[in-house]
Amino acid sequence: MGLPSRISGLLPALLSSLAAVTVALLAGAMVIVFTGDDPVEAYRALFSGAFGGRRPIAETLVAATPLICGGLAFAVAAKAGMFNIGIEGQLLVAGLASGLVGAYAWNLPASIYLPLGVLSAMAAGGIWGAIPGVLKARFGSHEVITTIMLNYLAERLINYVISTEERFPVDPRSQSTQPVDPEARLPNLLDGTRLHWGFVLALVAAVVLWYVLFRTTLGYRVRAVGLSRGAAAYAGIPWGRTIVLAMVASGVLAGLAGAGQTLGLQGRHINLSAGYGFTAIAVGLVGRNHPVGVVGAGILFGAITSGATRMQNTAGTSKEIVQVLQGLVILSVAAFAAAGHFRLGQRLSARFGGGSAGRASGNDRSSGVGMGPEIEPQPGPPVL
Amino acid sequence: MDDFFSFDLLTATLRFSAPLIFAAMGGLLCERAGVMNIALEGFMLVGAFAAAAGTYYAETPFAGLVAGMAAAMLAATIHAFWCVTLRGDQIVAGTAINLLGVGIPAFLLQRIWGTPGGSPQVERLPGIGAGLNVLVPVALVLVPIVHYVVYQTRAGLRIQAAGEHPRAAASVGIDVVRYRYACVIASGALAGLGGAYLSIGDLSQYTNNMAAGRGFIAIAAVIFGNWTPFGTLGATLLFGAAQATRVQVQALGLNVAPDLIGALPYLLTLIVITGLVRRSDPPAGLGKHATAE
Repeated sequence: MGLPSRISGLLPALLSSLAAVTVALLAGAMVIVFTGDDPVEAYRALFSGAFGGRRPIAETLVAATPLICGGLAFAVAAKAGMFNIGIEGQLLVAGLASGLVGAYAWNLPASIYLPLGVLSAMAAGGIWGAIPGVLKARFGSHEVITTIMLNYLAERLINYVISTEERFPVDPRSQSTQPVDPEARLPNLLDGTRLHWGFVLALVAAVVLWYVLFRTTLGYRVRAVGLSRGAAAYAGIPWGRTIVLAMVASGVLAGLAGAGQTLGLQGRHINLSAGYGFTAIAVGLVGRNHPVGVVGAGILFGAITSGATRMQNTAGTSKEIVQVLQGLVILSVAAFAAAGHFRLGQRLSARFGGGSAGRASGNDRSSGVGMGPEIEPQPGPPVL
Repeated sequence: MDDFFSFDLLTATLRFSAPLIFAAMGGLLCERAGVMNIALEGFMLVGAFAAAAGTYYAETPFAGLVAGMAAAMLAATIHAFWCVTLRGDQIVAGTAINLLGVGIPAFLLQRIWGTPGGSPQVERLPGIGAGLNVLVPVALVLVPIVHYVVYQTRAGLRIQAAGEHPRAAASVGIDVVRYRYACVIASGALAGLGGAYLSIGDLSQYTNNMAAGRGFIAIAAVIFGNWTPFGTLGATLLFGAAQATRVQVQALGLNVAPDLIGALPYLLTLIVITGLVRRSDPPAGLGKHATAE
């Protein structure tokens, strides 16, 4: 498989994502016009706020960091056919765990303390992600419902811990943990900016995830299970164990996002949801659940987030438009994916000359997570 | 303990349950027709905002009520278009609607009143005493109505057919698409009422993200109630009681962590959904489309 063919294989996905984002930005422009502002001016301010200089670029990458990790978290679960809405809760629980570990201020060198902090976040995220995986594998409980419940349980748990001063190193008045020990902090990456090593960790995570998903048996199993549970079972791949593993990986990646926020950006866990876990869903969808696409989409959404302040100040368009744009992007991606299914169905039924081709049941949830053209159903079981 | 189990606790339970009842009845109709609706939260927010805005401009809360329902029905129509007509993923579309439900009101709030956190004070719906407003009895009356519609009417049986086995329903001539549209839009109207309850019933202004997860709790209530109207009512009352108890515990300064009581509805739902305590049987056709293509 040569490089050119790989690239040409990804091209339709890239074009379709770009088209979806463009349509969403145009729809956003209509919203801006409707409220009496100039969309060209607004978007120009947004762009210069996101990329116009060293500091804006750094801020864009700061905002992109949790979104890339979260997007990867969404992607790995989606590859296994699981829709993880629980990234938010996994991220927050992980942030709290690393915040507590860091705030205890044990007398440890950075070479031990920092990895310990990051690992504690990944462990906490992994556990929070494992629960819906196990519930699905064991009882068939729908992961969307369980992850939503776990988001709220995370919120209550964090509230409880942060207000329990006598037992934990927290500061209820500022609604956060105590500041993290300097030895446990992720160091700054670029002087004079807030960019920290969490961004590098996010990129490393993307590379690792790409390798595992596309170059190892494990990744093959995850993808096989996501494409078709039945076919994977036929090939002897244990469905339950694989989805639990994918959910743990998803939680671990969400945990990395939490570690970046707590040990990198804020230096403490703050009891406030920035909603990164939900934006991460958009990032995963736009990035077609491919690690490279997720990095690109994460930077795009990071840019929209960080440029919004400049847009509000110079063009007067309120920065709440960001969430509107995110919603529009998701709708747009979903519409493009749906259009793709229609075309696919027509192609297949033309080829096989019957109405039974295509998405035969039309209801295989595992293929409905907007995973792009990669998930075209293969005739016959996968060859191992 | 006399202080604790009081008339106040009962009225507070009703107060907290009412918006959940509206949203949950909408969610129930939707799921019974086979459309998974995680967009209830977004519908509630849009409804709450439009109710406050409608009351602000028309200077009567009844106009606000209509505006809230209409706006949420519009959002629901978009949701239905994506889920039913485009055959997109129902969870993806719901996630988008929820983001828009937070974003659009926040954006318009800034635009209309220039205030970031909430709208100005508007007139409230009339009360019926004990801190309750007119929508509380409406919510309670709604439950037997939904029960009657789902189990006793031709439309209700067709809704059930569309939800249990959409392709079989379609094959006997039931217009599954039409019933699903109707149910999603009805869920918008009801969740919109639930939203209006929050902004012009319980409070007298819209504040950002004021649904605070009630749309999701409503979904939990539907599951908890095993997709039956009276079961769902019981679940909303239980969840409302948990919230009322939390407030009561805080007010009385009891030595129970309010967050642990607040966590109960979610924890119970997690347990119920495993099917260990009692069988959980969702509509068999939930999330499935009526036709192969």
